[in-house]
Amino acid sequence: MTGNITHTTHMRGLLKKRLFSFFLAALTVFFVSFSLSSCGAGFGFSEDIEDIEDTEDTEDTEDLEDSEDSFDALSSLSYSNSVDWGRFRGQNVTINVYNWGEYISVDDGVDSFFDTVKEFEELTGINVEYTTFSTNEEMYAKMKSGGTSYDIVIPSDYMISRMINEGMLEKLDFSNIPNFGYIREDLKNPEYDAKNEYSVPYMWGVVGIIYNTTLVDPEDDVFSWDILWNEKYEGNIFMFSNSRDTFGIALKHLGYSYNTTDEEQIRNAAAALTEQKRLVQAYIMDEIFDKMGGGEAALAPYYAGDALVMMEDNPDLAFAVPREGTNLYVDAMCVPKGSENKEAAEMFINFMCETKTALANCEYVMYSTPHTEAFGYLDEEIQNSVSYPSNEVLEKAEAYVSLPDETTKLVDGLWTDLMSSGSVSPYAVPVFIAVCLALSVSINIVKNRKKKREKGII
Amino acid sequence: MKKVFSRLCLAFAFLFLYAPIGVLIAYSFNASKSRTVWTGFTLDWYYKLFHNETIMRSLLNTLFVALVASVIATVLGTAAAMGIYNLKKRTRALVMNITYMPIMNPEIVTGVSLMLLFAFVGLDPGYTTLILAHVCFCVPYVILNVLPKLRQMDMSLCEAAMDLGCSGRQVYGKVIIPEIMPGILTGFLMSVTYSIDDFVISYFTYGPRSQTLSITIYSMTRRKVSPEINALSAIIFLVILSVLLIMNFSDIRSHRREVRKKRRYDA
Repeated sequence: MTGNITHTTHMRGLLKKRLFSFFLAALTVFFVSFSLSSCGAGFGFSEDIEDIEDTEDTEDTEDLEDSEDSFDALSSLSYSNSVDWGRFRGQNVTINVYNWGEYISVDDGVDSFFDTVKEFEELTGINVEYTTFSTNEEMYAKMKSGGTSYDIVIPSDYMISRMINEGMLEKLDFSNIPNFGYIREDLKNPEYDAKNEYSVPYMWGVVGIIYNTTLVDPEDDVFSWDILWNEKYEGNIFMFSNSRDTFGIALKHLGYSYNTTDEEQIRNAAAALTEQKRLVQAYIMDEIFDKMGGGEAALAPYYAGDALVMMEDNPDLAFAVPREGTNLYVDAMCVPKGSENKEAAEMFINFMCETKTALANCEYVMYSTPHTEAFGYLDEEIQNSVSYPSNEVLEKAEAYVSLPDETTKLVDGLWTDLMSSGSVSPYAVPVFIAVCLALSVSINIVKNRKKKREKGII
Repeated sequence: MKKVFSRLCLAFAFLFLYAPIGVLIAYSFNASKSRTVWTGFTLDWYYKLFHNETIMRSLLNTLFVALVASVIATVLGTAAAMGIYNLKKRTRALVMNITYMPIMNPEIVTGVSLMLLFAFVGLDPGYTTLILAHVCFCVPYVILNVLPKLRQMDMSLCEAAMDLGCSGRQVYGKVIIPEIMPGILTGFLMSVTYSIDDFVISYFTYGPRSQTLSITIYSMTRRKVSPEINALSAIIFLVILSVLLIMNFSDIRSHRREVRKKRRYDA
């Protein structure tokens, strides 16, 4: 009897050990395979990929030649000698960079071979810690929550003006950023940073309407925001799911400015959006890539650079910038207050404005580059594409500026009303809580009764 | 007839559970970036995945934080469970309720309060805050797994060990810990899982040098979540599946061995 007990506990012990060792083994395999593959072993996939590329070669040679051209341009370029890149080498300097997700060139081993962060580290000996965010507001909250020490952030225009107003940014020393000279003149001294003391543009673009040529009547005018209010396209329209862009479109549709602070105009825009809501299939952001690519709707406003990506997937799509004027957005590099390595950060900004870097990033991200030299190296096709609209369009385009608090509050409130379809009773929450409480109390009463009855029987 | 129906039900349940993962894995082989249009087979995304330093770094960060936090949480949780077990009934009930709190509490509340606490104490966001936060929500899971094992344990085993000359420390090392080991192990595994899973709490506590995978994926949503993430998810799914399969097989094998030995015993 006793022998049996010790025997089974012994067995159980063995089992436990085995389970644990399996778990450890699995983890080790995990780690080893990743470290191996990052060294370039890559599970031996590379050969397969070469095969696939070979077949693609024969199919569309033209396409590949194009990319080879620009690739050659990229490898033939070198970094300017006038800058002392090695100034911080050996001093163990680290800068923290906070950028949008998927917004910088990385070496993926297939289509792109330029790793911006790595190139900078090799050139300067400065270590880069790179993290990413998905909205301006997220980045702002992270900076405000304290304790974080970023050396580079890349917010959009209106957020930059807000951060300048709140004293969150450091003035840049432009003698450390000689490459600022390459930036397009029309993007210098922008509204959000009037004297251009705090920011250097990284990418820019315009908002326009992406439409499916097979679903939109050629008679209809896609070069006007009014088409988004056309009854014909009921259930066939997507809109942004952020308040600023959506209200902006309604304001432009009514002929107002993007940056209006007039309450009546904003209320009119909200009324127009409520009227439009019936026609809108969904308010979305990045899902738009799949949905427009799959032909699920006829019309959607979105950013020009992303439109190019979608048009590559689905040749039926086209892009139009409405003549009433549109939003010109700029994401620019800034150094936040509290940066411990401002000079190294400025070197990073200067590096980002090197022709080679700007070209690689712009080819990877597909947004418009503010860099005049890099623009010259782009394929003609891209130079003439929707990413670089005519001066006519640009003159009418407006950038967002930071709005006063009351206006932001008003827009946010109207936006919430629009999203919640307005008909939620203010009593809903207390009633819900009361019902939950009543339910839990009655369950307990029933349980107690049952217990008592059972005891009575016994 | 009945059998067919129950099979159908089972098939439907499995379809419901695994169809999303199936679609995800299928599109990790799609030639274009699209998630709706199939344009041909490729392994490019797997290759790109291992090249992509941002994703790889955040994956390693995730695993590192998960392992360290789980180890700390397991040690803390086991000790706490032993302490709770020896409390009087009233205090035990009270302490158990406190233990449940982090699990019942909405994650966003935990996340925000941790962020505020760290800012108040003056701790810079980074690995330390991330690991502390993860330990904080993992400890309850360890306690909840270890406590039942302690209750199941026959306390006369400890007395017997003392009678046979074990010191207090030896009783812990040779009797109690081995006896509650399955609970500790499950607690550890659950901690690892929850830690890797976590987005909300990490979102409020990560710093400029410690971005986890879930946050990297989230930050891609302005542009578009890259199919590399599909590829990574497919790999993680396969690793977990194979661990489970291996565990099950070894279970079956040891069970058979036991049965065989028992027969020999009986004979």
